[in-house]
Amino acid sequence: MNLENGIQTAIFYILSALIVGSAFMVVSLKNIFHSALFLVLCFFSIAGIYILLSAEFVAAVQVLIYVGAITVLLIFAIMLTAQLYSPSIRQSNEQVIPGLIIVGTLLIVTLSVLRRTSWRISTQGIEGQTIVSIGKFLLTTYILPFEVVSLVLIAALIGAIIIARKE
Amino acid sequence: MLPYSWIIPCFPLLSFALIIFFTIKKPKLSSQISIGAVALSFIFSLIVLVSVLGNPVTSEFKFNWLDLPGFKVDAGMLIDPLTSVMLMVVTIVSMLVQIYSVGYMADDPRFARYFSFLSLFTFSMLGLVLSNSFFEIFIFWELVGLTSYLLIGFWFEKKTASDAGKKAFITTRTGDLAFLVGIFLLTTTVGTVNFQEAFHQVESGAISSGLLTLSAILIFGGAVGKSAQFPLHVWLPDAMEGPTPVSALIHAATMVAAGVYLVARLMSIYALSVPASLVVAIIGAFTAFLAASIALVQNDIKRVLAYSTISQLGYMIMALGLGGYTAGTFHLMTHASFKALLFLGAGSVIHAMHTNDIWEMGGLYVKMRTTAITFILGSLSLAGIFPLSGFWSKDEILLLAWNKNPIFAIVGMAVAFMTAFYMFRLCFIAFYGKARDQHKFDHAHESPKVMTVPLVILAFLSIFAGWVGIPWLSKGYSSFVYHHEVHHLEPNFILMIVATLVALSGIYLAYVIYYKKTISAEGLKNKFAPIHKLLYNKYYFDELYNAIIIRPIFKLADFLFKKFDQGVIDWLVNAAGNFTVFLSWFWELFDTYIVDGAVNGVGYVVRGTGAVIRRVQTGQLQNYAFIIFFGIVLIILLKVF
Amino acid sequence: MTLYHFLSLSALLFCIGIFGVLTRRNAIGILMAIELLFNAVNINFVAFARFINPQGLTGQIFTIFVITVAAAEAAVGLALIILIYRQHKGVEVDKINIMKW
Repeated sequence: MNLENGIQTAIFYILSALIVGSAFMVVSLKNIFHSALFLVLCFFSIAGIYILLSAEFVAAVQVLIYVGAITVLLIFAIMLTAQLYSPSIRQSNEQVIPGLIIVGTLLIVTLSVLRRTSWRISTQGIEGQTIVSIGKFLLTTYILPFEVVSLVLIAALIGAIIIARKE
Repeated sequence: MLPYSWIIPCFPLLSFALIIFFTIKKPKLSSQISIGAVALSFIFSLIVLVSVLGNPVTSEFKFNWLDLPGFKVDAGMLIDPLTSVMLMVVTIVSMLVQIYSVGYMADDPRFARYFSFLSLFTFSMLGLVLSNSFFEIFIFWELVGLTSYLLIGFWFEKKTASDAGKKAFITTRTGDLAFLVGIFLLTTTVGTVNFQEAFHQVESGAISSGLLTLSAILIFGGAVGKSAQFPLHVWLPDAMEGPTPVSALIHAATMVAAGVYLVARLMSIYALSVPASLVVAIIGAFTAFLAASIALVQNDIKRVLAYSTISQLGYMIMALGLGGYTAGTFHLMTHASFKALLFLGAGSVIHAMHTNDIWEMGGLYVKMRTTAITFILGSLSLAGIFPLSGFWSKDEILLLAWNKNPIFAIVGMAVAFMTAFYMFRLCFIAFYGKARDQHKFDHAHESPKVMTVPLVILAFLSIFAGWVGIPWLSKGYSSFVYHHEVHHLEPNFILMIVATLVALSGIYLAYVIYYKKTISAEGLKNKFAPIHKLLYNKYYFDELYNAIIIRPIFKLADFLFKKFDQGVIDWLVNAAGNFTVFLSWFWELFDTYIVDGAVNGVGYVVRGTGAVIRRVQTGQLQNYAFIIFFGIVLIILLKVF
Repeated sequence: MTLYHFLSLSALLFCIGIFGVLTRRNAIGILMAIELLFNAVNINFVAFARFINPQGLTGQIFTIFVITVAAAEAAVGLALIILIYRQHKGVEVDKINIMKW
C-alpha cells in the first residue's frame, strides 16, 4: 500500500465519518435550523467524496447548487415559518422505534446485497479533466434530456411562484 | 279522360282535408273551397258522362292493391253508363245543396265544419259510385254511413238529434252486418271481390243457386238498411233532425239511393236468383205502400217528405226486384232531382217560419212565391203528372210491373194515389188558405237568392230530367242504361192515362178536403179513428222495436250486471284481491325477515370490516411512507434470500 | 478503496435519510432528509462512473440531471410548504390529515 492510497483511504474515512455524522445530526437535531447547518456540512463532505472519485465538475455543481442554492432556500423557508424552529416543539413523531428497526433491516439487507453482487469493474481510470467531456456529452449524446430538464426547471420555477404567491 | 276519373272524388276529399286542417276558423272561405271542389267534380263528371255517351261500354281501371296468397284485392274504378249517371246526380245535387246551405246555415257557429262534412260525404258517395269491388264499395258504404251519422247529429246539443244520429247508425249497421256476411259468403265462394270477375263466375255457375240466393238476400240486407226499407226503415224519419239541406242531399237524393244503386250494380246476381229478386220486389212494394200510408197523416213537413222518400225508394227497389234495371235507376235519377227540390223547398219554408209543423203554416204562397211555385212543381213531378220527370219514370216502373206481375202494378197505383194525396195535402195546407199563426206569418219572408236559385235549377231538372227517358225516343235513357235485356217495352197508353187519372184523383181529393173543405178532415179522422191512430203512430214500429229488441237488451244487460257482474265477476275479482292481499302479507314477512335481514347483514359486515380496516387509513403521510419502505424491505428479502 | 466502500457509504446515508423521512414532524425536515436521499443516490452514480464506466461518464451526467431535478423539487416543495403554512398555521405533517377517512 503506497502513501497516495493510504492518504486517499484516510480522507475517505474522514469524509465518510463527517457525512454520516452530520447526516445523523440533520435527522435527529431538535433545532431545525441547526439541522440545516449540519446539512451544509454534509453536502460539503459529499463534494469531497466526489473529488475523491475524480468528478471535479460534479463536486463544483454540488457545492454551487446544494450548498449555495438549496440550503439557502431551506433556511429561507425555515425563517419564513418562524416560530417552528423553537426547540420546545417536538420534532420527531412516534415512529422512531419502528423507523429504526426498518432502517436497520434495510441497511443490513442492502449491505449484504452489495456484498453478494459481482461488479464489472473497469480497469481504466478517469484521465484528466472531466469537464470537457461532460460538456461534449451534454450537447451531443444527451442533448434531448438536457433540453427536457431545462423545461422541467422552467416549469418548476413557474409552478413554485404560482403555488406560493398570495391570492 | 276515363282513366283519370279517379280525380273526381279527390276534389271533395282535398276540400275536406283543407277545411279541417287549415280553414276551420274561416267559414266563408271554407264554404267556397267546398263548393269549388264539388263544382270541379261536377265538371269532370260531365266530361265522363259525355265520353261514356259517345262510347257506352263498361270500362274498368284497376291496380293490384293487396296480394295475399289465395286472395287478391284490386283497387280501381268501374265506369259504365250507370256510374256516369250516378256521378252526375251526386255532383249536381251536392253542388246545389252546398250553395243552398250557404244561405240556410249562415248563422251556424259550426259552419266550416258543416261544409267539411258535406265534402267528406261527397267524396265517399262518389267513391261508392266508382267502386269496382265488394271490398271497395263496403269501405265507402261505411264512410257514407259515418258522414250521415255526423250530419244527422250535427246539432248534437239537441238530445233528439244526437239520439237520431245513433239510431241511424245502429239501424244501418244491422243491415251492414248482413251485407258483410253476404259479401263474405259470395266472395269466398267465387274467390274474388271484383264485381266483373264475380259476375262472370256467378254466370258461369261457380256458385250453387241456394248459396247465391242466400248471399244475394244477405247483401240486400245492406241495401235495406241504407235505403230505409222495411223492416229497417225506422231511422230515416228520425234522421230529419239533421239540417234540412243534409236531409235533401243524404237522406233523399244520394245516400239512401245507395241501396238502390247497390242492387242495380249487382243486377247480374239478382237476375240469376228468382227467389232473391222476388224478396227484393216484395220488400220494395211493401215498404212503398207502408211508408206512403204513414205519410198520409203526418204533420211534420220533413217527416212527410221522409216517408215519401222511403216510399219512393221502395218503388225503385220493387222495380229492380222485377228486373227493371232501367226503370229503377231512371226513377232514382228523377227522384233525386225532385226530392232534393222538395226538401230544399221545405227547408226554405222552415227557414222562414221556424217551425216544422204544417198546421202552423198556411197562405205562404203570397209571401214566398218562388219557394211555393218550385215546391208545387216538385210535388207535381213526384205525383207523376204529365209531362214532368216523375211521370216518365213512374210510368216506366208501372209498365214494367204490369208486364211482369199485375199485383205489383196495382200496389204501385195505390202508392201513386197516396203520394199525390199527401203531397198536395202538404201544399194546400202550407201554401194556401189562411195564415194559422199570424205572428209567424208576419215574420215570414222569401229566402235569399243563394237559396232560391238552387230551387229554380232543381225545378227545371224536375221538369226536364225525365225527358231523356221518354219511351218514344230512339236513343233515350233506356238505350243507354240497360242490363242485358233488350229493354224496350212498348209504351202502354192506357196505363199512362190510368196512372195520370189516379194521380189527379189523389190531388183532387186533397183539394176537396184541404182547400175547399167540402169534406171535413176532422170528420174523416173521427170516422177512421183506429186507422188514423195506427198510421199516425207509424204502425207502432218504434214501440214494437223498443219492446222486442231494445227493452230485452236492456233487461238482459241489467240482469247480467246484477247477477253476473255483481255476483260472479265481482266475487272473482274480490277473491283475487283477497288472495293477493294474503299473498302480499306473506311476502311482507318474507321481505322483512329474510330479504331485509340478508341485505342488512351484508351491510353490517361491510360496515364492520370498514370500521376495522379504515384504521389503516390514518391520513398520516409518514405512516404511508413507513408502509412503503416496509414493503420494499419485504420485497428485497423475498427476492434475494 | 473499492466500489464497495462507496456503495456502503451511500447505503448508510440513504438509510439515515429514510429514517429522517419517517420520523421528522417538520415538513422542512422531511425535505432535508429527502435531499440526503438524493445525495446518497448521487454518490452511487459518481462511484459507478468512476469504477464501471470511466469512458462514458454516464454516472456523472446522470448526477447532474439529478441535481437539477432536486433543485426543482426543492423549489416546488418549499413553495408548497409555505402555502401549507399559510393555510394551517403550521407545517407538522401529522397535523395535515385532511385526506384521511
